[in-house]
Amino acid sequence: MARMPTRRRIALSTIAAWLVGFLIFFPILWMVLASFKTELEAFAIPPSFLFFDWTLENYVTVQGRSDYLHHAFNSVVVAGGSTLIALLIAIPAAWSMAFSPTKRTKDVLLWMLSTKMMPAVGVLVPIYLIYRDFGLLDSLTGLVIILCLGNLPIVVWMLFTYFKEIPRDILEAARMDGATIGRELIYVLTPMAVPGLASTLLLNLILAWNEAFWTLNLSTLQAAPLTVFIASYSSPEGLFWAKLSAASTLAIAPILVLGWFSQRQLVRGLTFGAVK
Amino acid sequence: MGQITLQNVQKAFGPVHIIKGANLEIADGSFVVFVGPSGCGKTTLLRLIAGLEDVTDGKIFIDGKNVVAVPPAKRGLSMVFQSYALYPHMSVRGNIGFGLKMAGLPRAEISRRVEAAAATLNLTPYLDRKPRELSGGQRQRVAIGRAIVREPKAFLFDEPLSNLDAALRVQMRIEVTRLQKQLGTTAIYVTHDQVEAMTMADKIVVLNAGRVEQYGTPLELYERPANLFVAGFIGSPKMNFISGENAAKYGAATVGVRPEHLRISREGEGWPGTITVAEHLGSDTFLYVDAGPIGTLTARYVGELSLAAGDRVVLSPEPARIHRFDKDGNSLWT
Repeated sequence: MARMPTRRRIALSTIAAWLVGFLIFFPILWMVLASFKTELEAFAIPPSFLFFDWTLENYVTVQGRSDYLHHAFNSVVVAGGSTLIALLIAIPAAWSMAFSPTKRTKDVLLWMLSTKMMPAVGVLVPIYLIYRDFGLLDSLTGLVIILCLGNLPIVVWMLFTYFKEIPRDILEAARMDGATIGRELIYVLTPMAVPGLASTLLLNLILAWNEAFWTLNLSTLQAAPLTVFIASYSSPEGLFWAKLSAASTLAIAPILVLGWFSQRQLVRGLTFGAVK
Repeated sequence: MGQITLQNVQKAFGPVHIIKGANLEIADGSFVVFVGPSGCGKTTLLRLIAGLEDVTDGKIFIDGKNVVAVPPAKRGLSMVFQSYALYPHMSVRGNIGFGLKMAGLPRAEISRRVEAAAATLNLTPYLDRKPRELSGGQRQRVAIGRAIVREPKAFLFDEPLSNLDAALRVQMRIEVTRLQKQLGTTAIYVTHDQVEAMTMADKIVVLNAGRVEQYGTPLELYERPANLFVAGFIGSPKMNFISGENAAKYGAATVGVRPEHLRISREGEGWPGTITVAEHLGSDTFLYVDAGPIGTLTARYVGELSLAAGDRVVLSPEPARIHRFDKDGNSLWT
């Protein structure tokens, strides 16, 4: 079988890649478009793509009905707080496992990951009861704790993989070069670990921001982050596609902007361990 | 100054003894090579001297001072790693100067010494590049630059050339030797390649299973190997060993003859056999000869010899070049 000329192949794969990219992006685009339509146009058939009466009324309604900033603030606290605490716990853990492993290190890692294999709903009732008894329901503290614990295994795994990639020889070379532990940390280790830390932080921030199961079940109003804010528009009372879209757009906007500016780190984070 | 003395140095990882008591005297300014098969403990011994591993027992003296409790940074040694171990986020300049920066030298002094080292190693045009922008040979030179710039008491090389291709390896071998002679700094060099050991060393330490089998100049090792292991390890192609009746004739349990010390003839006295493989290199001819009950013998002829597989030959050892070993494998020196 003759191979196609290279330029045609490149053109075809470019088109294919754009097509796949557009398909993946389409739901988000559709949501953003719907948020600028009237409720009537939002579920009109055939749907109008770009030529409709653009309106901001959904955003006005959404902001009037619920306090976006309140929920956004909660999201920042919950996602940011849980990520930072997870990193604080995971860095020393991953560090010691990567640089002074014992016979049981592999088992500990697998055991930690195994907790992620159980569906969360399996422990919903006990966690709910514990939270009720400790007064953690609908509190930011409670959400930070549960999201932090939930993502901890992944954070440890990611950091472990990054730290593992730092060759021991380089640390030893620094030691031979006369660096004390402190200077080894500042001049050699940190610069080499920062990309790994950054992508772990970003990925975990996004995971925590989008986490819906625990936030929906453990908070109602006071501590409710943006996930709850979106969910409040998908009520059984009626189909308010346009308002739901406006709420969703508002909810994902901050994380989308963050993702946009940190694409390079994120891609490295998502493909970690895949390539050397 | 860089005189290093090892006294009964031992290293065990749990129940496993890697180094079973090493005694060595390394004279100031000499080039000493640790050679041995993989797993013999040569890298471990180097790391013990560097201080990257703690000794289980014994003493290590550098210029008369026992350093077993001294951290690596304070031993005044520098090391070139097999993987080069360059700092990936620093430029060549930063890599070479890192040790000086850690020592707290003034910036102008660091700059002067880094540039001098770079000039010696032909690295001047690359000073502002990152390690990933360099070829293997250039990275190797940066690693060497990092070692020489600190003017250490001794260089420790851990198989530094094994990641280079064959041609570059030969070139770097010569460069490293020349540099060491020029600087006059003691060097300890670990390799599993006996050609590197023979060509570079003033003295060779042959290690096997955690023991020093022999310590001597390359020619001493070649001419008077202490035992079967050294005899078999030094020299290429390997020494032929013959045991049983044919060895008993010489009053030994085993006799060894190097391929280059076998005379090759069509007939006459000696060990008759059939050529199984003939390798013609132009400069040399290697014959692999099936000599019946004696086993397979390797013979080397300097120059071209028009013989082919299937030809019958007679191999006779040069009497003065026969090595005799007792039943424990130790040399019976006369």
